[in-house]
Amino acid sequence: MTVDATTPDRIAVEGLVKRFGEFVALDGVGFRIRAGEIMGFIGPNGAGKSTLIRILCGLLAPTAGRAIVGGIDVARDPEGVREQIGYMSQKFSLYDDLSVMENLRFFAGIYRIPPSQRAERMRFALDMAGLAGREQALVGTLSGGWKQRLALGCAIMHEPRILFLDEPTSGVDPMSRRRFWDLIHTLSAQGVTVLVTTHYMDEAAYCNRIALIDRGRLVIEGTPAELKHHALGGQLLRVEGGELGRLLHDLPGEPGVLDVAAYGNALHVLMHEDADAAASLRHLLARRGLAYARIEPAEPTLEDVFVHMVGVARQPASAP
Amino acid sequence: MKLNRLRAIAAKEVLQIRRDPRSLMLALLLPVMQILLLGYGVTLDVEHLPVCVYDAEGSQASQALLKRFQASRYFTITQVARDQGQVVAGLDRGTCSLAVVVPADFSRSLAAGGRAELQAIADGTDSNTATLALGYAQAVVAGYSNAVQVRWLAAHGEGSAPLPPLTVQSRVWFNEDLDSRNFIIPGIVALIMALIGAQLTSLTISREWERGTMELLVSTPVTPGEVMLGKLLPYFAIGLFDAALCLVFAVFWFDVPFRGAISTLLFITVLFLMVVLGLGYLISVLIRSQLGASQIALLVTLLPTNLLSGLAFPIDQMPAPIRAITYLVYGRYYVTSLKAIFLKGAGIAELTTPVLIMVSYAAVVTWLAARGFKKKLV
Ligand SMILES: Nc1ncnc2c1ncn2[C@@H]1O[C@H](COP(=O)(O)OP(=O)(O)OP(=O)(O)O)[C@@H](O)[C@H]1O
Ligand SMILES: [Mg+2]
Repeated sequence: MTVDATTPDRIAVEGLVKRFGEFVALDGVGFRIRAGEIMGFIGPNGAGKSTLIRILCGLLAPTAGRAIVGGIDVARDPEGVREQIGYMSQKFSLYDDLSVMENLRFFAGIYRIPPSQRAERMRFALDMAGLAGREQALVGTLSGGWKQRLALGCAIMHEPRILFLDEPTSGVDPMSRRRFWDLIHTLSAQGVTVLVTTHYMDEAAYCNRIALIDRGRLVIEGTPAELKHHALGGQLLRVEGGELGRLLHDLPGEPGVLDVAAYGNALHVLMHEDADAAASLRHLLARRGLAYARIEPAEPTLEDVFVHMVGVARQPASAP
Repeated sequence: MKLNRLRAIAAKEVLQIRRDPRSLMLALLLPVMQILLLGYGVTLDVEHLPVCVYDAEGSQASQALLKRFQASRYFTITQVARDQGQVVAGLDRGTCSLAVVVPADFSRSLAAGGRAELQAIADGTDSNTATLALGYAQAVVAGYSNAVQVRWLAAHGEGSAPLPPLTVQSRVWFNEDLDSRNFIIPGIVALIMALIGAQLTSLTISREWERGTMELLVSTPVTPGEVMLGKLLPYFAIGLFDAALCLVFAVFWFDVPFRGAISTLLFITVLFLMVVLGLGYLISVLIRSQLGASQIALLVTLLPTNLLSGLAFPIDQMPAPIRAITYLVYGRYYVTSLKAIFLKGAGIAELTTPVLIMVSYAAVVTWLAARGFKKKLV
């Protein structure tokens, strides 16, 4: 399967590598995003999420590999790509010393929105950001959530077909986050392709597809349901009561135990897929005098999947 | 190059300048402050220079000469030495910057052939003042010798052979009213404009990198040419305004004679602005921190314009290698042109060399700036 400019996907990435000197920020990443799809990238700090988006926006040149955005090879024709995209960078990048309206007017000019549509598009962005009535406020005086919404407004004013949102909801209160995701869904319903990064696990569930990225590698990718049910490759059990700290330390490596992770004031233990997984675990606990601990099957959350998958992905690297 | 993008950038830049006190001060206040400060403070006119005199003759003639020194507004006799040693000591201690020694045979040789020599020693540690002091001293002596000549003619009758005229070589150094201000103010105008032009534009790109707004801007279809032109246009207007301000001050406040044509002045100023604004922009493009960019801009404008443009130190008095360097200093061409326009009334025809050089300079700088601006983060 090769990626070229004729692929119908809005975004097609293959074998993408980015090095900063010796440091490998992206290490052979490949994925596809179809029109109207919302794809979420989740990963720890420094995983390479922003680097990926910046390459797709033509802001960084890839060291190797290919990225086709909107049918155009980014490395060959970054300007062609820039005509089609909207970008919300991780760091707020509107003009703090300009008012809400002045920022909108600036980007309306930069994107050459025809004068006949300009007022209407600016009004749309303003309403969408919920900033109607605050047109004259200097952007620097707005709170975080409003800034982010205005940034989104500026990014979509020119009706791009592809949106790159780099942690759009960081520092935004839960209510505003909900609104934000409603907006993203509205856009996606209109056929806009969205690539979004986030740190929030609960937001992953809002995406059509999720990719887990760690240390520059794409660890796993799929719909939230797929990930929950197949990615773990075992049975998830919840342990409550007992000496969790000791178990967290002892259990890994015991027969049948695939993974152990703390989960609130309980422990999530991933056991081999086996009819008697619960019994095996009970046996392991009993041997430590912890027979009283409560064991019950747990519905895996995305967080379980990510914690597990990052652990698996890192194992070979840390082996001597 | 799309007009609506250009307009968007220029409009945004104007708004940002209007809301940035530092830019406003640089653009509006600083030129006036500087022209007044420099115009008054740094004019190289020396007045009431401390002079040490040693009259080895003590005759009427020699006393008359020294009285002229005392009467001149340029000199004040602060020490009357009784021998050559005291003269040397006075200069060494720095209590006087000029020593005038009247030889013992002064009036005798004056009476014999109308030629007399006297010694003027200047403290060379401040070479500028020294040169000026010597020049003024010669002027004083020339005034005296004129008077002697008139008396000689009166005594010997109209028909007699006139004395050999005592020409004062250093006169060429000064403009006719011995006022160095006329000479220096056009240079100050150049200095101020170089300083302000480059300072203002040196921040325009680096500010966007530093604040993170550049990341978004370069993700849009905007072209480097649009960014450059859009950003420079407002500064160009400011630069012209500042130039007009400085020139008005020069002519109406400092009474520098203006003998040229306004159109020539405008043309040459536009050229110079293109060079300095382009240079500031180039620096801004290359250095992504505001502090760094502004420091470098200061370095490449103030220093060469100040020292090597012929503003403060005459180029033809510099050692050959330094003189060679001055050919690279863009300020030199503007200073030369300004002086020529102001004092000599020169037109474009007489200024072809500086004009051509400034045109090339502007072209190279803008070309480099346009190429230097990359729509990439690293
Ligand atoms: N210009 C650069 N030069 C050198 N290293 C860089 C550069 N940009 C990013 N990196 C490094 O590449 C790695 C990936 O950075 P990136 O910003 O893509 O991570 P991220 O997944 O977005 O992290 P976060 O969640 O903190 O935003 C980091 O270790 C970072 O230090
Ligand atoms: Mg990031």
